[in-house]
Amino acid sequence: MRKVMPGNENVARAAIAAGCRFFAGYPITPSSELAATMSALLPKAGGTFIQMEDEIASMAAVIGASIAGKKVMTATSGPGFSLKQEHIGLACMMEIPVVIVNVMRGGPSTGLPTHPSQGDVMQARWGTHGDHSIIALTPSLPNEIYTETIRAFNLAEQYRSPVILLLDEILAHTYEVVDVPESGGYETANRKLPPKGLDRLDFYTYNRNVGDPPILPNFFMGYNFHFESLTHDEMGFPTTDPKKVDLLVKLREAKIEKNKEKIWENDIRMVENADVVVFAYGSVARSGIQAVEKARKDGIKAGLFRPITLWPFPDKPLREAVGNKKVIVAEMNTGLIKREVERALRRDVGGIFKANGTPITPEEILGRIKEEK
Amino acid sequence: MSYLDYVRQFKLPHYWCPGCGTGVVLQAVVRAFEALGWKQEDLAFITGIGCSGRMSTYVNANTMHTTHGRPLAFATGVKLARPEKHVVVVSGDGDALAIGGNHFIHAARRNIDIKLVIINNLVYGMTGGQVSPTTPQKFRTQTTPYGNIDPNFDVVKLAIAAGATFVGREAVTRPRNLEKLIEKSFQHKGFSVVEVISNCHINLGRKNKMKDQITMLRWISTKTIPKNLAEKKKPEELEGKILLGIFHEDKNRKEYTELYREIQERAGGNK
Ligand SMILES: Cc1ncc(C[n+]2csc(CCOP(=O)(O)OP(=O)(O)O)c2C)c(N)n1
Ligand code: SF4
Ligand SMILES: [Mg+2]
Repeated sequence: MRKVMPGNENVARAAIAAGCRFFAGYPITPSSELAATMSALLPKAGGTFIQMEDEIASMAAVIGASIAGKKVMTATSGPGFSLKQEHIGLACMMEIPVVIVNVMRGGPSTGLPTHPSQGDVMQARWGTHGDHSIIALTPSLPNEIYTETIRAFNLAEQYRSPVILLLDEILAHTYEVVDVPESGGYETANRKLPPKGLDRLDFYTYNRNVGDPPILPNFFMGYNFHFESLTHDEMGFPTTDPKKVDLLVKLREAKIEKNKEKIWENDIRMVENADVVVFAYGSVARSGIQAVEKARKDGIKAGLFRPITLWPFPDKPLREAVGNKKVIVAEMNTGLIKREVERALRRDVGGIFKANGTPITPEEILGRIKEEK
Repeated sequence: MSYLDYVRQFKLPHYWCPGCGTGVVLQAVVRAFEALGWKQEDLAFITGIGCSGRMSTYVNANTMHTTHGRPLAFATGVKLARPEKHVVVVSGDGDALAIGGNHFIHAARRNIDIKLVIINNLVYGMTGGQVSPTTPQKFRTQTTPYGNIDPNFDVVKLAIAAGATFVGREAVTRPRNLEKLIEKSFQHKGFSVVEVISNCHINLGRKNKMKDQITMLRWISTKTIPKNLAEKKKPEELEGKILLGIFHEDKNRKEYTELYREIQERAGGNK
């Protein structure tokens, strides 16, 4: 089925298709329509929507509902994303599946509420305190926003981790044609649960090797399980024993790091014989696609590397695809991901960086390609 | 089931200082579970951060030790996801009224069926005894070395004004009454609040010439008076006294998850 809708509605519909049955949020531009759509769709699907008193509470409510067995989502922007960080950390610590949509707007602080930005890419990775691993996705195209939303839920469930879906004001508000797949035309994943009636409490390590996500019970399965925000032992109870803390830290990190190959999704176009490669993600990547296509028409060998999984960062695929070719990073911030690209490629790269609320156009990228070649 | 079945005995001895009132509240809570015969698998027990927050380690049910001030927000998610289950929250005075004050008034406003017990030990116990929204004026704490000037919240009035439909207050000096009050609040359908005046002789008492739990419990006894006895006293005799009892019970207001079920039906989702 084809449907014309803005990105915010696109995400909401895909979430329902993925099995999301609980949403808690707090209004903020440019993400508000996402919550509004969920408030209309969820009760129809037998699910629950609540507007909480703030973003801290919304993040808490989705964690509570996830522990009670639901697939859950919350959505926000700018200052609201800052407020969610405390409990994103809790979801990392307790290993709770949650999807967080952050529609990026100009910041810091109240910033540019109605203008796009990609200034939160580092906050998505490192926003909460303490060592942690996390997954963040940056879709660019209307169909992809739908499928990546479903993938966000699947990854959250499979890896028992918060998954951050990053959009920006342009993607969230632009009405576009979406090919909505038939129900059943996509895969959905559910968290692994322990069988009922097991006689054990050490679920954080039960059946788990380094690299595996945990198999934890939901509430009300009869396990009297304890979910703990302090560092905890294999049974979930507070501990400061360095050996036990080490083990849990390692398990939490490895479940994402060791599965990077499965989590990475990249769109790599015409890079093989390219002289210059544009690195762009989110809405900027659409200008990137146009610029590269135009350059090719003009006889310039340009290519595109577009990460759809931004975190964990695709360093290996990027290194393998790009090698020593010239790279132009284009992003709507002061060059935040450029540093990651440089780290991955172990050299300096140039780029187009804009943090003034205006998009990066195909012409700007094309101009830069011409300078570089 | 015995009340001891609701205690994770393998986690004992507990974390609290000898003589701390928090243990008295734990006892009252699990005795209320026993009296009501609640099944552990149908019970979610959620706490914030503080000495009071450590209680979730010891209650043998579906438990969650969350973040400072926000257990009610987690509990709201749990209750909305599984409205047929019992959801109990234990919070401290700092947890519920300072950092969590916003969640407190909004949970009360919604009248969602969560049973809240606030252990009001008049101080931030866990962090070494700093002033809280309920520390009496003139009291010395780690952060009010010249005496506290902050006015207090009256938890009962605050809860009623915010919309809680069952509101009571007790003290750890009256464990039997406390148990009965908690049991009654657990039977209520809607948002219930029980404030328990408790002792932190270690981090409040010692700074205020009450060096042990006995002295501090005596002080609590003289500070508090049951509501029915207070009715016979003159206003000047009640100066500075904290009343105990049930202050509000409204059985008519609709509960939040029931209202949401009606929304689901209206939207055609609850087949
Ligand atoms: C966001 C945040 N701020 C501060 C703290 C530090 N902290 C831990 S417990 C506590 C106060 C606890 O006081 P109360 O809620 O009255 O509980 P009690 O220990 O007295 O039972 C504070 C400030 C924290 N854990 N998290
Ligand atoms: S510090 Fe105070 S509240 Fe905490 S356990 Fe000790 S006596 Fe109890
Ligand atoms: Mg306290």
